[in-house]
Amino acid sequence: MNAEQQYIDLYSQQRELIARRSAPIMNALRDEAFECFRQAGFPSRKVERYRYTDVAAAFAPDYGLNLSRLHIPVNPYDVFHCDVPNLSTSLYFVVNDQFHEQAQPKASLPEGVQVMSLLRAAQEFPELVGKYYGTQARARKDAVNALNTMLAQDGLFVYVPRGRAVERPIQVVNILRADVDLMVNRRLLVILEQGAQAKLLFCDHAIDDRKFLATQVSEVFVGENAHLELYELEETHAQTSRFSNMYVSQQAYSSAVIDSITLQNGLSRNRTDVSLCGEYSEVTLYGGVIADGQQRVDNNTLIDHRAACCQSRELYKYVLDGQAVGAFAGRVLVREGAQKSVSQETNANLCASRQARMYSQPMLEIYADDVKCSHGSTVGQLDEAALFYMRQRGIPEAEARLLLKFAFMGQVLDGIPMSSLRDRLHYLVEKRFRGGLGKCGGCQNALNCER
Amino acid sequence: MMEEKNSFVRQVAEKKYEYGFTTDVQTEIIEKGLSEEVVRLISAKKGEPDWLLQFRLNAFRYWQTLEPPTWGHLQMPEIDFQDISYYADPTRKKAEEGPKEIDPELMKTFDKLGIPLEERMALSGTAVDAVMDSVSVKTTFREKLQEQGIIFCSISEAVREHPDLVRQYLGSVVPYKDNFYAALNSAVFSDGSFVYIPRGVRCPMELSTYFRINARGTGQFERTLIVCDDNAYVSYLEGCTAPMRDENQLHAAIVEIVVMENAEVKYSTVQNWYPGDAQGKGGVLNLVTKRGHLRGANSRLSWTQVETGSAITWKYPSCVLSGEGSQAEFYSVAVTNNFQQADTGTKMIHIGRNTRSTIISKGISAGHSQNSYRGLVRVASTAEGARNYSSCDSLLLGSSCGAHTFPYMDVHNETAVVEHEATTSKISEDQLFYCNQRGISTEDAVGLIVNGYARDVINKLPMEFAVEAQKLLGVSLEGSVG
Amino acid sequence: MLEIRDLHVSIAGKEILKGVSLTVRDGEVHALMGQNGAGKSTLSNVIVGHPSYEVTQGSITFNGKDLLGMNPEERAHEGIFLSFQQPVEIPGVSMVNFMRAAMNAKRKYQGLEPMAAAEFLKLMREKRKIVELDNKLANRSVNEGFSGGEKKRNEIFQMAMLEPTLSILDETDSGLDVDALRIVAEGFNKLRTPQTSALVITHYQRLLDYLKPDVVHVLIGGQIVKTAGPELALQIEERGFDWIREEAGL
Repeated sequence: MNAEQQYIDLYSQQRELIARRSAPIMNALRDEAFECFRQAGFPSRKVERYRYTDVAAAFAPDYGLNLSRLHIPVNPYDVFHCDVPNLSTSLYFVVNDQFHEQAQPKASLPEGVQVMSLLRAAQEFPELVGKYYGTQARARKDAVNALNTMLAQDGLFVYVPRGRAVERPIQVVNILRADVDLMVNRRLLVILEQGAQAKLLFCDHAIDDRKFLATQVSEVFVGENAHLELYELEETHAQTSRFSNMYVSQQAYSSAVIDSITLQNGLSRNRTDVSLCGEYSEVTLYGGVIADGQQRVDNNTLIDHRAACCQSRELYKYVLDGQAVGAFAGRVLVREGAQKSVSQETNANLCASRQARMYSQPMLEIYADDVKCSHGSTVGQLDEAALFYMRQRGIPEAEARLLLKFAFMGQVLDGIPMSSLRDRLHYLVEKRFRGGLGKCGGCQNALNCER
Repeated sequence: MMEEKNSFVRQVAEKKYEYGFTTDVQTEIIEKGLSEEVVRLISAKKGEPDWLLQFRLNAFRYWQTLEPPTWGHLQMPEIDFQDISYYADPTRKKAEEGPKEIDPELMKTFDKLGIPLEERMALSGTAVDAVMDSVSVKTTFREKLQEQGIIFCSISEAVREHPDLVRQYLGSVVPYKDNFYAALNSAVFSDGSFVYIPRGVRCPMELSTYFRINARGTGQFERTLIVCDDNAYVSYLEGCTAPMRDENQLHAAIVEIVVMENAEVKYSTVQNWYPGDAQGKGGVLNLVTKRGHLRGANSRLSWTQVETGSAITWKYPSCVLSGEGSQAEFYSVAVTNNFQQADTGTKMIHIGRNTRSTIISKGISAGHSQNSYRGLVRVASTAEGARNYSSCDSLLLGSSCGAHTFPYMDVHNETAVVEHEATTSKISEDQLFYCNQRGISTEDAVGLIVNGYARDVINKLPMEFAVEAQKLLGVSLEGSVG
Repeated sequence: MLEIRDLHVSIAGKEILKGVSLTVRDGEVHALMGQNGAGKSTLSNVIVGHPSYEVTQGSITFNGKDLLGMNPEERAHEGIFLSFQQPVEIPGVSMVNFMRAAMNAKRKYQGLEPMAAAEFLKLMREKRKIVELDNKLANRSVNEGFSGGEKKRNEIFQMAMLEPTLSILDETDSGLDVDALRIVAEGFNKLRTPQTSALVITHYQRLLDYLKPDVVHVLIGGQIVKTAGPELALQIEERGFDWIREEAGL
């Protein structure tokens, strides 16, 4: 049986159940998505954007799904202690794909701002959700989109109305929690209306010693002159496979910082597509990957300059040890008419062991002449001269290597505008390099955690 | 004023493709279409031994199982492989006629191209093998080279006279299973050049092949094989032209190079196939597989190419660096104008220890053209201490063209250092104004700046070629700035 | 303090030092002179344990301990400091973190507790003054974007922090203007004690004017061909190296 068949069977048999436990807006797109998936199946590695990840193999094993949406008993505060000094956030939890209604932050959000279950939002604000849902993450474009659209029943909804600024960062902790091997299909919808501002921090954790397969499809809308900072930090474990597709569309004069840090994982495939739709919009993409053991991290980005005078910057850095495999494919597309585009893309990688592998593929595709675009990519090792210099000053070799790796990764973190988060990430990265980060860095007293 | 400008534009337009004459040469063409019979016929006409026929047939059978590749950044017209004649021999007036003689018309053709045959060669010191349509028509300086044991002849002759060498190396670098066009070429290749430089010999002159497609409705499938033995050296030049034709002409060649211990090969190409007219009609489809195998320790291979012609260029002169300490270079200038499309670059496959490669690519796009660099640098786990540096720059002239960069880096060894950088820019208004102020026309200024931009690559060409290449750059871009 | 006996050193199979012997006692300053390629930098690199050099014969002891068996950081902890000819830039590693790592590694080696942050910063401030090093430079990444003079001052600053007993100055004067040379040399002199020694590698007299060596050695072709008092440096300044070469019958 091929990897697709179990999902085709699942949907064919459980279509009613899936729909009954979700909302009409989400249900409306399921059949079409199913059709797309049935026809196209999983992409082979000959498909350019999936060169470095064998999708079918990741989806082949048998996972359970919580389609009837049984309540999973968990007190997130028991398992999650965010020890970020000076990082005061409005904290929310999503357990698998369910928004945790019981745990609400004490401080209230500005008027009209919503952070809530997507399912509930689709029921309470059908017009708003319906206007945006599924408009960027098209099922025919991508198998993960199709699969997620056909199976996802809930997720997170973030809405910042026109002109509202949310000062305090919104922190969302995604917890994977199950007593059986579990597949989770989570959906995110983030809407910043004209002139709105928000900072979002997503932390992904897996607290049970189970296999997890999570698909997450995020659609992010950044309105005119709106400003978004969005951070994703993955600290799951070796048995977690993550397929994340994030679509960001930006209107004129908007700006966005999208940051993706992978510290602990099994297999992660993060696709990030940013469309600069309005003039003078700006985006900065940062990515940091620290991987060893059998970790695999495949970041695939597209920055699409559709309008004139937009700017994009991209910096991804990998430190690979053990038998880790890293892949980076970053495509910058400047469309006809997108004059005065400025784009700079950098990918730098350190391989620290014989078995570690790195694939790097920065791409420029340009159809306008008045542009300034560049990209650079390097794969190499620590600077031997710097290493010796440090040893001559009495710094032990292992410590010197660590300092250099830390400095290398530091360049990704230094650009983060939110200083408290920057400090926190510096701390986590250092801890990770020192091997002090367990399978779930922020979590303690993990339920059923056998490791 | 207006009129003056118009006349200038007309001049430029008229001068666009200087080499677009056809030659009235008696040519023997076999029926269009491709089948096992045709493959057998080609082999029979050339009186080939059975092993070569089998090689062709294996390739043909394999080709039938393949689909043309679609991954290039190219809008490829549908090619009807049954509507092409796979063999055209301009030297035969009639099939029964005796020993081959060179048609005087053919000599005139090469004169028009400015290719020095016979006496003129003695002055410039270049040995030339000229390939028209599918057949090698003349190899000069053969005797002089023979004194040093150098073999430079058509591949058909080599099959007859040096069968062991050809059999040993043919298909050893580019196997017929390599890709769709390589399989096609392996089935139907008609001629090409063969070079063997024996151990310890420095070839005293540049070896050169000129290719020309002449006959209507024919494809050209030449095959070049260069073997450079231990401690030997050769510099090889390849030039190409074709007449103006409305329909697309297919050119699917293979070049194989074997470089042994301490040997060095320089391979330079100035490709000026007919690019099609200003509306994108006609032009050569240049679908070529070129690869060198650096087998011996400390061997060296450099590819230098100036690509200004062809409607579509699909070629990736590549290097497999097996020998310890071997070094490979790829220098490329690709110019596209009007509706030309180029998807070109290189592959550097590092297998041996301490191997080094350098890639310098300059793309220039104008008009409605699309110009892509595509390159792969792979460092195998065995390639301890491998180094690669790649630099790919694109220059855009006009707002309707495209410039793209698709580098791939696969690194499987932690001691490797691989660096890639790329920029895309246009000629700045300031630069143009500065030239204008000094009395240089915009056209000339563009030519100057482009030549400066491509200088790193042009400098790698042998002298005579460099001059030709510079002129070509100018001609190819004329009319692109208004 | 430092005892080098019949030292033979190769790099990539090529012999650079061909039997060097040298003794530096407590409190002494030795100058090592010679033309480019004589092997001066090789000698300094071998003393601090650069991994590219292979010692094929001979010994180096430091305060009676065998140096050749130690890795570079242990040699540093023992009190040997090299002021590099071309200090390397280390982007992303701040001077403060760098010095603290070095300082605490040494303290650990000596069986001491790590220094408290406040105390450490105070020490940094004090020592900076010795070489007139700007506070801004101390907050930057190691040597990154420093001018040639600033890099050399930064080397002496680090020497002040780590308080070595043997300092090797490898062409610390090269590329310095008169003022920078004065600052570096005076900084070095302030750090001297009767127990500290130095090996100064240079082409020129002008640094030696400040440092006043007790002994001058001339290295030619991988061997020390002449050893004398400070007057030798003055003679070389005046007459070059050829006469020594002739005298040695080379």
